Amino acid sequence: MPGKVKRETGNALLEVKGLRVAVAGNEILKGVDLAIRAGEVHAIMGPNGSGKSTLAQVLAGHPAYTVVAGSATYDGKDLLALKPEERARAGVFLAFQYPVEIRGITNSYFLRSALNALRKERGEPELDPIDFLQVLEERVKAIGSDDAMMNRPVNEGFSGGEKKRNEILQLAVLEPRMAILDETDSGLDIDALKTVAHAVNQLRSPDRAFLIVTHYQRLLNYIKPDVVHVLADGRIVKTGGPELALELEAKGYDWLRDGVMVS
Amino acid sequence: MAVKTGSVERLVGSYQAWAANGASRVPAWLKDLREGGIRRFVELGFPNLKQEAWRFTSVAPIAETQFELAHPASRIPHLEEIQPFLVGEAGDRLVFVDGFFAPALSTSLPGGVRVASLAQALRENPETIQHHLCKYAKTDERPFCALNTAFVAEGAFVHVPAKLRVAEPIQLLFLTTTDRQVVVHPRNLVVVDREARASIVETYAALAENVYWTNAVTEIVVGDGARVDYHRVQRESNRAFHVAATQSHQGQGSTLNLHFVAFGSALARHDIGAVLAGPGGTLILNGLYLLAGAQHADHHTTIDHAADHCQSHEYFNGVLDGHSRGVFTGRIIVRPGAQKTDSKQTNNNLLLSADAHADSQPQLEIYADDVKCTHGSTVGPLDPRALFYLRSRGVGENEARRLLTYGFAAEILGRVEVAPLRVQLDRIVRDRVAQP
Repeated sequence: MPGKVKRETGNALLEVKGLRVAVAGNEILKGVDLAIRAGEVHAIMGPNGSGKSTLAQVLAGHPAYTVVAGSATYDGKDLLALKPEERARAGVFLAFQYPVEIRGITNSYFLRSALNALRKERGEPELDPIDFLQVLEERVKAIGSDDAMMNRPVNEGFSGGEKKRNEILQLAVLEPRMAILDETDSGLDIDALKTVAHAVNQLRSPDRAFLIVTHYQRLLNYIKPDVVHVLADGRIVKTGGPELALELEAKGYDWLRDGVMVS
Repeated sequence: MAVKTGSVERLVGSYQAWAANGASRVPAWLKDLREGGIRRFVELGFPNLKQEAWRFTSVAPIAETQFELAHPASRIPHLEEIQPFLVGEAGDRLVFVDGFFAPALSTSLPGGVRVASLAQALRENPETIQHHLCKYAKTDERPFCALNTAFVAEGAFVHVPAKLRVAEPIQLLFLTTTDRQVVVHPRNLVVVDREARASIVETYAALAENVYWTNAVTEIVVGDGARVDYHRVQRESNRAFHVAATQSHQGQGSTLNLHFVAFGSALARHDIGAVLAGPGGTLILNGLYLLAGAQHADHHTTIDHAADHCQSHEYFNGVLDGHSRGVFTGRIIVRPGAQKTDSKQTNNNLLLSADAHADSQPQLEIYADDVKCTHGSTVGPLDPRALFYLRSRGVGENEARRLLTYGFAAEILGRVEVAPLRVQLDRIVRDRVAQP
């Protein structure tokens, strides 16, 4: 494929091969290949309807999607064979584009339940509310957030920015190895965007990989990716370094789409 | 379904025998009240499905069961036996066993608040009772309220004088212990005078899973500027019948927070009426029904905005499992002149099984033009998006279902300010939700 950068993928944390995915009989992903190593930050960019969010959701195990062909291997495991909760316990995390409101459950109760499910999987003792509070405060401080939303029901009445910050706070507490951010920048003003980006940067580590799904380049001004992929019409049509994001910002997506149609 | 008239006659016969017996030495006004009640009941008869207010709830199982008037229990339970139903020990407490006052289990603390059994209060303060009793809970269209009025004799009487703040919640416990098929007609009167403040917990419970019928009426009078937190917990035997009317009447600038929780009974019908009679009143109506098996619970609420600048917020959640049925009717009346009314009503029903059923019907009658009234209701299963959200965080599917179901109930219980009560209710919900 023209313009594709050759990369070493031998010890990938997440390797996606020939992934084809349909929803309600409609094929959205038409053969996606992707390899992400621990410590790397990959960005997936693409126009609306290209399949970006589908990729994010299918990796997290959303039941509405059907895998038609292909594979996804995470940490040597067949990711697609795992239930959503098993993926989460194995260290996969999806920051939702549209975080869901959960009535009657406080954020801190929700997060403690989630953390304890993960700890149980790892054979660690469950945390009681007091121990959890300590972990929480430490993580909140690490990402420069505040815990004002912890005693409110999950996402209920949260502003757009609060919802996204809450996703990142969950990321910080659950400490996944593979974090997928689905349009975390959408609906954020510039200050909220900076806050979220700062938090993500604090969480970058050699053990952790990020897959950042975004329509716009602007988030990538603050979170510098190692690799940028362009997804169009269900396929990755171009892969490059951070400069590719700037090129997309300048030229838009049409030139790529035209290129696909020509080839 | 036609209800046999024989059952009405049977109740009238039981009334006549009762009235002729121990109930003869009563003041004339009370006698008139009772006579009026039984007359009204005979006129109305048992309701049937053809009546609008009863079209989802058949009371045939009540009409067809032969109930006897309860006798004083041969054994009064020990304090430990009633402990699970209590919310702390610090406040005043009235306990009734099979409809009869149990002084050994009750506590009345010295202080300005008057907490007594209705029978005792009728002897000692008949004026206050006469002034309020049956003035609010209308019997015109309510046959069961009429029947309760016919048998007015015992129940709880609470009187909080003006400006007094009662620190601890006052508990009213109605316990059924007998294994006989009895009917009890508790009649409660709560009067909170001007600028006073009180918290009250009224609980209906049983020591065993027997068949019996509770037909209760509670009248709550909230004076100008007073604040009352009223909690009503219905955790009757799962084979019992529970019919009740709760009627409140609020003065100017008063606040009434009503919390209704229904867990028990095979068949329950609760008519809740609230009148905002003075300007600037605030009413919160917070309700939860948690049903399983073949349980049926019907809540009929009527909020009457009779004065201007009042607000009422009503939140009722239903959690329905098995082949249970929940009925909610939320009527809001805004009278002419009740300008700047702010009224909000929501009723959300969670169906945990394909055989569970919920009926939700808002009824808005607005006769003023400068008002804000909103209502919304939902009936449906657990939100699949929320389920996926929880699972994507590592919470297993069954646990996620339990958590969401619990949250649905906790949303309502979280508003209960009496901590020991909130803990008690929370535990019941957790136990119920934990069952597969």
